[in-house]
Amino acid sequence: MAAVADVDNFEINAYLRLEMMPHFLCPGCGHGIALRALLWAVHEVGIAKDRLAIVSGIGCSGRIGGYVDANTFHVTHGRPLAFATGLALARPDLEVVVITGDGDALAIGGNHLIHACRRNLKMTCLLLNNEVYGMTGGQVSPTTSQNRLTTTTPAGNLEPVFDACKLAEAAGATLVGREVTLQTPALKNLIKEGLAHPGFAFIEVISDCTEIYGRKNDLGNSPEMILSQKKSMRPDSYGSVVDRPFRPNALPTGVLARSERPEYGETWRAFAASRQTGKA
Amino acid sequence: MSNRTLPVNLQGNHACAVAAVAAGCRFYAGYPITPSSEIAERMAAELPGAGGVFVQMEDEIGSMGAVIGASMGGVKAMTATSGPGFSLKQENIGYAAMTEVPCVVVNVMRGGPSTGMPTRPAQGDVMQARWGTHGDHPTIALAPSSVKEVFDETVRAFNLSEALRTPVILLIDEVVGHLVETVTLPAATELELVGRKWATGPKDGFLPYAATDDLVPPMPRPGDGYRTHTTGLTHDESGFPTQKPEQVTRAIARLLEKLERHRALIESYETVQCDDAEILVVAYGITGRAARKAVAAAREKGITAGLLRPITLWPFPEAALRTLAGGAKHVLVPEMNAGQLCLEVERICGAGKMARLNRFDGEAIAPAQILEQIERLAGSGGKANGGSRRRR
Repeated sequence: MAAVADVDNFEINAYLRLEMMPHFLCPGCGHGIALRALLWAVHEVGIAKDRLAIVSGIGCSGRIGGYVDANTFHVTHGRPLAFATGLALARPDLEVVVITGDGDALAIGGNHLIHACRRNLKMTCLLLNNEVYGMTGGQVSPTTSQNRLTTTTPAGNLEPVFDACKLAEAAGATLVGREVTLQTPALKNLIKEGLAHPGFAFIEVISDCTEIYGRKNDLGNSPEMILSQKKSMRPDSYGSVVDRPFRPNALPTGVLARSERPEYGETWRAFAASRQTGKA
Repeated sequence: MSNRTLPVNLQGNHACAVAAVAAGCRFYAGYPITPSSEIAERMAAELPGAGGVFVQMEDEIGSMGAVIGASMGGVKAMTATSGPGFSLKQENIGYAAMTEVPCVVVNVMRGGPSTGMPTRPAQGDVMQARWGTHGDHPTIALAPSSVKEVFDETVRAFNLSEALRTPVILLIDEVVGHLVETVTLPAATELELVGRKWATGPKDGFLPYAATDDLVPPMPRPGDGYRTHTTGLTHDESGFPTQKPEQVTRAIARLLEKLERHRALIESYETVQCDDAEILVVAYGITGRAARKAVAAAREKGITAGLLRPITLWPFPEAALRTLAGGAKHVLVPEMNAGQLCLEVERICGAGKMARLNRFDGEAIAPAQILEQIERLAGSGGKANGGSRRRR
């Protein structure tokens, strides 16, 4: 294991399972940038790899945990937050990071997301939102923009979309943020805030699926896609854009909500300790 | 713990919870469902004082996930449910089997299918316990028939799960779960508890799923420096996904062979007057108790009946049945379903000797019903057609 890291010199290879390269992500996929930002943040916060536990679900997002040289758990579709709830309660000494996607967290795993926000266990949840089910070939997801083409919306998506951050805040997440992959240092700093946060931190990463979703909708190549994503965002809080439809108009980025509530693991352990002393 | 050696009045579901804590369970995640809820309630009362964690999750799927997550972290973990919840847990039970994460899943069986009869007994989940999750997978399922046996088998479920790194399913009849009996539980010091085999060797080049002699690879504990990958994808010895046919064959074959290798540890059954039995009754759970009474009554009438009561339903105690059924003219399988374990019994001892007694109306099978079938078989040599079983 590496000694205490030099905070200023982030070397991503020190955090990767290089034997797993080349990775399976498509050219232009934003998930690799999100992974870089996560590992950069882990480095700067100074989390030892032995203590880092990454729990991920199913989909393109779920696969990137496997490239990290840490304790990595690739679980069932939509359930990483449920597994992470058990892991974090059983092992508060581990630093738990959940990597999930828009289908994983907002469709099949939606129930676990809202209750994880409510429970407020210390963990950082990264939702990589690429607006599509990429792994299965490009089907519509709960965050696919309206009118966009997917393989299951051949005439354009008719359904409205989720705002994952509003959902997380309403459900009680004590730190909520959003960032685009183009702003990698800002994304890294946001994840750092998440890792340092004493409760449940929810971070939506606006990622891009160039090969499937971008191609289907003529959104251009990857640089064009992530530039247009940046233009549709504003580094702002909900306060000033509350009356605007959030997409395709300005979508706020940065820390969007922060509140203080007891971390549930601490609450439980204090309760259990009181029961044990009461017994003696 | 100190007064556990004194006789106590205990409900089956409570015995399960008390046994779990005694076996070292320190994590419980569940979701309320009749007729299993007393297990969750008792765990919620017991675990804080034992330094454990109880969490009522948002749903059945989440509680199965949380249990596996806690066990991946190294803590003995359990959940309890009933039919509808058991259905929901199946995908994650398969994940635990595939990734070899120990956990105990209790299913207090009620009438089904679907919502069925929440407060009525049934034994309709025997095949689901075996084949509920998709793909070829190992399964251990235990079926206790009394409150004391619920305690013993719960402890054994944890021991088997930890020793063999596999999920263990406890199939408890609603009747047994809600039955209150006077039992004398073993003192904590009398219990033989099995812990998990943790990886302790070199970290470089560690292969988390390498085939050891006992086919149970030592588990890397998160935080101990192994930094391994755990996935439900078919994986090779390194733990990373593979689709290479020879590696897939090796991985799945070891998973299945693991239980075959340890059958002696897993198999448990009771035999009653089987030595000269011409009519062998094979019954489990509460039906096994009714069958014991029926066999005793048959003997009083001069009928040479015997009972094989499997406590381990999966893997089925095949060799024992083969031996016992060899000398019998008839094999009668009474069960509270339309015919499930009888299919396994028939596979082992052939269709020629088979007789069934099925009841799926929400009532337990009475000893008199079983006796009636034994007498019919003894008298006519014909087939039993009792209870609500459909005639052809």
